[in-house]
Amino acid sequence: MPMLNWLKHAYLWFVYLLLYLPIGVLVFYSFNASKNPYRWGGFSWHWYERLWQNSSLLEAAMNSLLLAVSAATLSTLIGPLTAVALHRYRFRGKRFLNSMLFVVMMSPDIVLAISLLALFILIGVQLGYVSLLLAHVTFCLPFVVVTVYARLSGFNPQILEAARDLGAGDLRALVTVVLPIIFPAVLAGWLLGFTLSLDDVVVSMFVTGPTFEILPLRIYSMVRLGIKPEVNALATVLLLLSLATLIGSQFILTRKGERKT
Amino acid sequence: MKLRKPFKTVVLVLIWGWILLFVLAPNLLVVMTSFLTRDDAHFIRWQATLENYLRLFDPDYLAVFGHSFYMALVTTLLCLLVGYPFAYLLSRLRAGVKPYLLFLVIVPFWTNSLVRTYAMKLLIATNGLVNQTLLGLGWIDTPLRLLYTETAVIVGLFYVLLPFMILPLYAIFEQLRPELLEASGDLGAGTWQTFRRVVLPLTMPGIIAGCLLVLLPAVGMFYVGDVLGGAKNLLIGNVIKNQFLDARDWPFGAAISLLLTLAMAMLLYAYYLSVRLIRRPHAHAELA
Repeated sequence: MPMLNWLKHAYLWFVYLLLYLPIGVLVFYSFNASKNPYRWGGFSWHWYERLWQNSSLLEAAMNSLLLAVSAATLSTLIGPLTAVALHRYRFRGKRFLNSMLFVVMMSPDIVLAISLLALFILIGVQLGYVSLLLAHVTFCLPFVVVTVYARLSGFNPQILEAARDLGAGDLRALVTVVLPIIFPAVLAGWLLGFTLSLDDVVVSMFVTGPTFEILPLRIYSMVRLGIKPEVNALATVLLLLSLATLIGSQFILTRKGERKT
Repeated sequence: MKLRKPFKTVVLVLIWGWILLFVLAPNLLVVMTSFLTRDDAHFIRWQATLENYLRLFDPDYLAVFGHSFYMALVTTLLCLLVGYPFAYLLSRLRAGVKPYLLFLVIVPFWTNSLVRTYAMKLLIATNGLVNQTLLGLGWIDTPLRLLYTETAVIVGLFYVLLPFMILPLYAIFEQLRPELLEASGDLGAGTWQTFRRVVLPLTMPGIIAGCLLVLLPAVGMFYVGDVLGGAKNLLIGNVIKNQFLDARDWPFGAAISLLLTLAMAMLLYAYYLSVRLIRRPHAHAELA
C-alpha cells in the first residue's frame, strides 16, 4: 500500500514541522539585521554582539550557570547514594521515601514553589543564591535518583558476590565495582539536573531574591514586555546549550548500552 | 551486599533529612497556611479560619478555575490526538532511523519551555509569520488576532507539552508486540476491532500517563498564560502566583494550591488503579 505509506510519512513530517517550525523561526530571526522583528533585513551577528556587550545580562547568565552547576553537582552527590540505599537496604519508611520522591516529580512546580517559599520565610533563609540552590536540588534530586536506580536494577548482582569472593571489602566493592557501573547514569543525572535547573522559571520566580538575578527570570521579564530581536539571540544561545547537554547525555547513555555485560 | 553501617546511617540521615525538611515540612506549612488569616506585615496571622476555602467558591474564581481546566483538557485531547498516531508510527520505523527520529522528539522535551512559549508568540503575533503567510496567500485581508486569546494559550500549551504526551506513548508502543496484532487479525478481527479491543487496552497505561503529564503542568505553567494569554486567559498557576507575589494573600493562595494538589492526587490515584486493572488480566503477561 504505497499510498498509505506516503500518508504515514507525511504525518510524521507534519508533526516534526509542528515541533520545529517555531524554534526554527526564532533561530532564523535571531540573525536578522533589521530592527523590526518581523521583517527580514539580511544576515547579521548584531544581536549577539549586543548580548555580549550587555554586562548585566552576562552577569545573570554567569549566575545561572553557577546555580545550575552547583545544583546539579549537589544532587549528584546525594542522588546516587540515595539510589544505592533504596536499591540495597531494607529500612523503615522506604515506601514512604519512595512516594515522597514520586510526589516531588509529579507535583506541579508551582505547588513546590510556594511551599519552599513559605519554608524559607519561616526559617529565615535569605532569598537569593542559597534559597535557589536548595530549591533546585530538591526538584532535581528525584530525577537523579530514578536515573541511577534504573541503572542499578539493570545490573547483575552476582558481580558483587564475585567481588566479595575475590576479597573486596564492602566499601571497596562500592568504589571499585558499583561506582563504575553506575557512573554513566550519574553523569547523565548530572546533565539532567543541569538542564532542569537552567530551564526552571516557576520555582525560581518564587524563591529568588533581589541580589541574585538569573537568566530564565530575566528572559521572562523581557518576554512579557514584547518581542525583541535581542531575546531571539539569547533564546538561541540557550537552545544551543540545551542541545549540547542533551547530546552529551545521549552519548553517555548509548555507550553505557555497548559496554553493558 | 552489606555496606558498612556508618555509611548506611549517613546516607539515610542525609536523604531523610532533605526530604523531611524540603518536601514534607513545606507542604505541611502550606496546608497550615491555608487555614490561617492573611496579614499584610507578616504574610499570615495566627487566627484559624475556613474563609480561604469558602472563597474558592466565589463565582469569579470558579469561572477562572473552570476556564483553566477547560483549556488544559482541550490541550490534553489535542496532544493525544496528534501524539497517539505519531508515537505509533515512530515505534514502527526501521531500527536504523528510529534513534535519530526519537532524538528529534527529545530535543524539544529538553529545551527551555519558556523559550518555546516565546517562539510560539513570535509565530502567531499580529505581524508574525502565520499572519504574514495567510495575508500573502490572500486568504485573509486583515491580520487575525491570535495573540492574547484562549486559542493562543491552548496552542502554546499544546506546543510546549506535546513531547510529554509522545514519549510515554512511544514507550508503550515499543512494548506492544506485533504478534498480538497478527493474532487478532488471524482470529477474524478487522482493523477497527483490533484497535478497539487489542491496541487501545494495551496502550492505556501510556495514554493515561501521557494525559497526566500534559494535564498537570497545563494548569500550572503560569508563564504560558502570561506570555500568550493576556489578562483574560488565566491559568490556575497565574492565580496562585498573583496571590503569593502580587496580592500577598498567602492563605488564599495556599488554599488554591491545595485544591490543585487534591485534584492531582485524585488523577494519580485513577492512574494507579487503571494500571493495576490493566496489568492484572491475562492478555499481555501470558504472551510476553
